[in-house]
Amino acid sequence: MSKTNLTRRGVLKTGAVAGAGFAAPTIFTAQSAAAFTNEPTGSSVTLGFNVPQTGPYADEGADELRAYELAVEHLNGGGDGGLMNTFSSKALQGNGILGKKVEYVTGDTQTKSDAARASARSMIEKDGAVMITGGSSSGVAVAVQALCQEAGVIFMAGLTHSNDTTGKDKKANGFRHFFNSYMSGAALAPILANNYGTDRKAYHLTADYNWGYTTEEAVRTSTEAMGWETVAAVKTPLTQTDFSSYIAPVLQSGADVLVLNHYGGNMVNSLTNAVQFGLRDKLVNNKNFEIVVPLYSRLMAKGAGANVKGIFGSTNWHWSLQDEGSKAFVKSFGTKYGFPPSQAAHTCYVQALLYADAVERAGSFNPCAVGEALKDFQFDGMGNGPTLYRGEDHQCFKDVLVVKGKENPTSEFDLLEIVEVTPVEQVTYDASIFGGELGSCNPGA
Amino acid sequence: MFGLDKKDTRLLILVAILVALAPFLLNPFPEGSAMAQFNAGYPDLMQRFVIFGIFAIGFNILFGLTGYLSFGHAAFLGVGSYAAIWMMKLLTMNVIPAIFVSVIVAGIFSLAVGWISLRRSGIYFSILTLAFAQMSYSLAYSVLTPITGGETGLQPKVNDPRVLDGALAEGATPKANLFGLEMGSSFEWSVGGWLFTFNAGYYLAAVVMLIAFYMSIRIFRSPFGMMLRAVKSNQQRLNYTGLNAKPYTLAAFVISGMYAGLAGGLMVAMDTQVGAERMFWTASGEVVLMSILGGVGTLIGPVLGAGAIKYMENILSKINKEILHQWFAFMPDGIEDILVSLVYPFIGKGWHLTLGIIFMLVVIFLPGGLVEGGQRVARLFKRKKPAEDGPDGKTTPAE
Repeated sequence: MSKTNLTRRGVLKTGAVAGAGFAAPTIFTAQSAAAFTNEPTGSSVTLGFNVPQTGPYADEGADELRAYELAVEHLNGGGDGGLMNTFSSKALQGNGILGKKVEYVTGDTQTKSDAARASARSMIEKDGAVMITGGSSSGVAVAVQALCQEAGVIFMAGLTHSNDTTGKDKKANGFRHFFNSYMSGAALAPILANNYGTDRKAYHLTADYNWGYTTEEAVRTSTEAMGWETVAAVKTPLTQTDFSSYIAPVLQSGADVLVLNHYGGNMVNSLTNAVQFGLRDKLVNNKNFEIVVPLYSRLMAKGAGANVKGIFGSTNWHWSLQDEGSKAFVKSFGTKYGFPPSQAAHTCYVQALLYADAVERAGSFNPCAVGEALKDFQFDGMGNGPTLYRGEDHQCFKDVLVVKGKENPTSEFDLLEIVEVTPVEQVTYDASIFGGELGSCNPGA
Repeated sequence: MFGLDKKDTRLLILVAILVALAPFLLNPFPEGSAMAQFNAGYPDLMQRFVIFGIFAIGFNILFGLTGYLSFGHAAFLGVGSYAAIWMMKLLTMNVIPAIFVSVIVAGIFSLAVGWISLRRSGIYFSILTLAFAQMSYSLAYSVLTPITGGETGLQPKVNDPRVLDGALAEGATPKANLFGLEMGSSFEWSVGGWLFTFNAGYYLAAVVMLIAFYMSIRIFRSPFGMMLRAVKSNQQRLNYTGLNAKPYTLAAFVISGMYAGLAGGLMVAMDTQVGAERMFWTASGEVVLMSILGGVGTLIGPVLGAGAIKYMENILSKINKEILHQWFAFMPDGIEDILVSLVYPFIGKGWHLTLGIIFMLVVIFLPGGLVEGGQRVARLFKRKKPAEDGPDGKTTPAE
């Protein structure tokens, strides 16, 4: 048994020592002085790359991560500088961002909102990331964007095509470079009218979730404006792998165009089924039966193989573009990894550079200052021609590519050919049509 | 104390101390050191530890006591979450009504599901619950998009009604709070190289978890708990003695559904967002893994299992190649590369593989889960005393 002697002097002494002990360290707490969340104080700055490393979009995620690593290398002055040489803004010096070396942390979104938010929160709370970027689905993008708004860091969206991201779910701290469903519809419709005529009957198969809905609506509205008629729009479960039972009724419906509002594995399967059913050899209403895929990606074209030949779709960027920016990016990506980048890689790389540039121009990492620098920012040389970051909804406006599956591909990467570059005027819309509140920027802390 | 015997009181106090000191215990490495990668003492992960602890404790009341293996518990978690977020959108950002309603709604839903599923036992019961959970997931993902937000989920918006709250200040975003105390607010204390974060939300969740844990001890030790164990050991014999087991199993099912709803409500309170993936069948499988990894039918086991899995999911998955190279940088180049390529498959996106291996090892060598591992270690140190049996309420089959 220990014996405790409680004297008045003893208690006072212990109390004073304990008090001093507790008080002393708080004097050195840096956090209280910070003006915004995770203000970088050392010689480096941490960015968070939150991409799907497992799950259905792991391929896109892996390519996004490669792009980010390349971007960090270029920002820190390594490699050939990539798009920094062709970028119209010359604020980036290749000495990091504002002289601070760029470091990064990675996380796995698993293409699930919960996992993505957990990973983003750990980057913000534990690793002190001042910006989060990446993602390969709209559900994740919307979830992480809201989180970043609350936490007071910038979110640079990766591959997300739904109207919602900068539409009804837009946030002041979130920015998107990728195009959206509306732009796909607006870009595709004239090409479809030119090639297939204006008196077509369309049948939609739509993946049964938000992205599918907005894409179907966009394509419907713009094709109907051209004079097409929509015969039916059928929703298919996201987890469906065999679409035969959905394809069979298409022929009985009297439709002569099939629109597949599917992405990733869904699109690969539905297109393969449709081609196997011989839809494309059919003659309906004295016209050739046609298939349209609103959102194309090279990785999907690869999955569908020869079935994509001659099928129209839209895409954000393609490595075969011949402007200086695209050539520079394809060259430095190809040198490092040995194959051309996908559109997911391109948009992520560009987002990282745009963020760094905005910080340089603002002279601060403060999300509000960065947001101000990106607002209505006009730039060029990033592979999409002159581009505007619109202030009302933080959406980039640029030319949209309409592509077609190549008839005679020369390599496993050369699967799509560019049919037309739809000028930006044609795909611009009024910021208010999707509703939503941008709110005001939140610097946190 | 509180109607518990000495051993259980000790366990409860031990858990309370661990939970209260978690910000210290989980942050053993100084900031900026190479080992800081393994620190888990940041608010998000600490909250997840206790919330999934609640989820697993509840699951264990059903699985551990009655032996009914439900493969659809994530549905109750999801339903609770949706209920909570709607409370926040319609009523108030205060977390109390949200948590309360999430428990009630999950209870009602689990009553309906349990009523049907409990007509069968064994594998048929598991499949029925799995079917219900997948159905809920699909409904939430697409058909019910107007109420669930579908793929993009639900979040509180600035222009939601929130009838009990005053108008938001210009430019402010709605934040979950407890009578004004924001769930996201933290007090940071840096001592030397260490930074300890004391988060309001975490401590709220921790208190709720302690209450849930206490209730689970009471259930384990009650006559009701004894009946549930009887169901597990031999339901046929129970029926022959003239007892109807259904009300007992249904009660256990609803209680564990309410625990899941509570966890769902807390998840929303800590991080105001719901997505349908929360109800996916893998989420239901995860809680089964947690229980088995920690120790089925033990009191503390599921909490340990939940902690272990969430730790791996959040810490291991964030280690990338770059970090490995830093660790092994002191080695000669060739050996460094070999080591990195040897370790790489098990970290980052390979964390599932590591989890799988650990799970296999535990099931093969420690059938009683991590708790059994702890007991074996403890026994090494006090070999002289004869091993006491059943300190954890584990049951041995009657025959």
